[in-house]
Amino acid sequence: MAEGASERISINGCSINLAKGGSGPTMLYLHGAGGSKGWMPFMDQLSDRFTVLAPDHPGFGLSDTPEWLDNMNDLIFFYLDLLEQLDIRDAHLVGHSMGGWLAAELAVRGTGRFRTLTLISAAGNRVKGVPMGDIFMWSNEEKARMVYDPAAQQERLNAELSEEEADIALKNAFTSSKLCWSPRFHNPDLEKWLHRVKIPTMIMWGENDPVFPPPYAHAYRKLIASSELRIFPECGHSPQQEKLDEFMAGIDAITSRN
Amino acid sequence: MKFFFFHLMPYGAVDLDAIDGNAWVTFSNRHYDPKQGHKLYNRYLDELELAADLGFDGVCVNEHHQTAYGMMPQPSILAGALARRTEKAKICVLGRALPLTTNPLSIAEEYAMIDNITGGRLIAGFVRGIGCEYHSYMVNPGFSLERFHEAHDLIIEAWTKEGPFPFDGKHYRFQYVNLWPRPYQEPHPPIWIPSQGSRETLEWASHPDRKYTYLITFSPVESVTRNLTAYAAQCEAYGYQCTPEQLGWALPLYVSETDEKAAQEAAPHIENFFNKFLVSPVEYKLPPGYSSMASYKYVMATKFKHREDFLSYKGVTDNGMFLCGSPSTVAERLEELQSQMGFGNLVPMMQFGTLPGELTEKSMRLFAEEVMPKLRPIASAEMAAAE
Repeated sequence: MAEGASERISINGCSINLAKGGSGPTMLYLHGAGGSKGWMPFMDQLSDRFTVLAPDHPGFGLSDTPEWLDNMNDLIFFYLDLLEQLDIRDAHLVGHSMGGWLAAELAVRGTGRFRTLTLISAAGNRVKGVPMGDIFMWSNEEKARMVYDPAAQQERLNAELSEEEADIALKNAFTSSKLCWSPRFHNPDLEKWLHRVKIPTMIMWGENDPVFPPPYAHAYRKLIASSELRIFPECGHSPQQEKLDEFMAGIDAITSRN
Repeated sequence: MKFFFFHLMPYGAVDLDAIDGNAWVTFSNRHYDPKQGHKLYNRYLDELELAADLGFDGVCVNEHHQTAYGMMPQPSILAGALARRTEKAKICVLGRALPLTTNPLSIAEEYAMIDNITGGRLIAGFVRGIGCEYHSYMVNPGFSLERFHEAHDLIIEAWTKEGPFPFDGKHYRFQYVNLWPRPYQEPHPPIWIPSQGSRETLEWASHPDRKYTYLITFSPVESVTRNLTAYAAQCEAYGYQCTPEQLGWALPLYVSETDEKAAQEAAPHIENFFNKFLVSPVEYKLPPGYSSMASYKYVMATKFKHREDFLSYKGVTDNGMFLCGSPSTVAERLEELQSQMGFGNLVPMMQFGTLPGELTEKSMRLFAEEVMPKLRPIASAEMAAAE
């Protein structure tokens, strides 16, 4: 299992960090508002079977923060450019949280480059009457509860960030707030167009996700006819980390068939 | 020196025990009793009217949302009420939070109306609103500064350019800007910029195109001095001399017969102000993007670190965030500080937290009768020249 290697790529003058590893069909992984946390164990597993491309979005991680980045639309069009420039084809598109929203937005604009779509704890919709968690207002203790396991929560609280890591966390928070503050983590128009996604879609969710509770998972399931939903018990906002085996089984199920 | 009586209109009837580390955004309005609110609004308006009668040069209100800290989400309503009950005093709104509104022309209209009704007694304050209000109003903090500047430009154009004209901003766009009524004062009401001392605001407000009055609010005296001095230095860098009219200081202030009595009477109420009404978690105060990343880190490492601690009466009087004492103590201290800082406008907040009406009124009268006359001659020639 090779650790992903990082390279810089430039899309229309915007330089971003791209982590890349493995071999096989292309899998584009889009991270959430918290940014990428390096080459994670789930990426290692994925790279056994796929060529995993895990970019830092513009404004996140080690990527540039371009002047033009004002909203999710800008990020969506940046990725449409990226797909063209890297000539990504027959790929599996995977997105977590804000990255799941981004993946869904790309998919409604055309699924020609993708074989499957996987949405993990995805933002993008608003379920009326079911409040989202407010990561912009939560204290560190509350944010730690995004993970289900109390030991993991404690670990997160005790983690001491280097100055560089703290700066990146702040940069990620600034950009995600700019992109997702209002409407909060969703596009009110997206639900009108999700029927356009006709490729096989896997939706994976933690039953205890305090950010987007399970009704948000069911909303995606209902709006994308070609989708399958898997909800994992005793799991918070990040099934790809908290329920690695179940997550990999979900990936296997959707990608081996397609 | 000129004196502007400032009121925050806190919900002083609040159950203090209910404020558990937060009086903002999510502090439930079940803690608000309209019957108490009715009494307080009218008491506070009486205090503002009394200030005008006592000879304060102006009376000031401001804007805050969803909090026990201040009951003036729409300050122009109070300014409108004061417009008809005062004759000479300036009416100061310190200020309207420009980025929080989707249509800054409504602010241009409100202000122009007050200016017309009063025959030119409005002082127009512009602020960004504090971090908490970006949660309350769901306005993106990442565009706060951009929206502030753009809304300001739009309001100034609406006040000074003949309409109709189009306005093509990034955040605000209009086909027909054509303000009715136009403001009474030419070219427009004086503009004050309340600030806690950000470098960007200082450079912007002191710019020769603007020369706005820079009002430092609720800060330790060392920081007030540093910021007012920096403002004057910036004027010099722009090639002109800063006038006392351009500098203001807003602070809670209390006067009683003796220093001891003043301390005894004010202590619990000023402690409530700083430790109850003002408190909210740091995530409420500083939403990501509200400030630059550099100043976010700076504020987290300095100011907000201390804000977590209890601010005692002694602490806030020692660092000069609060001025309290007998008339002569207060007058001497202000005279000394004025000679160091050069401000021409003093903006005392004489009701704070839970301070009851009798004590507020006593302090106001002592200040107006025994402190103001001593200080009024300071910088009066320059202030008169600025009229």
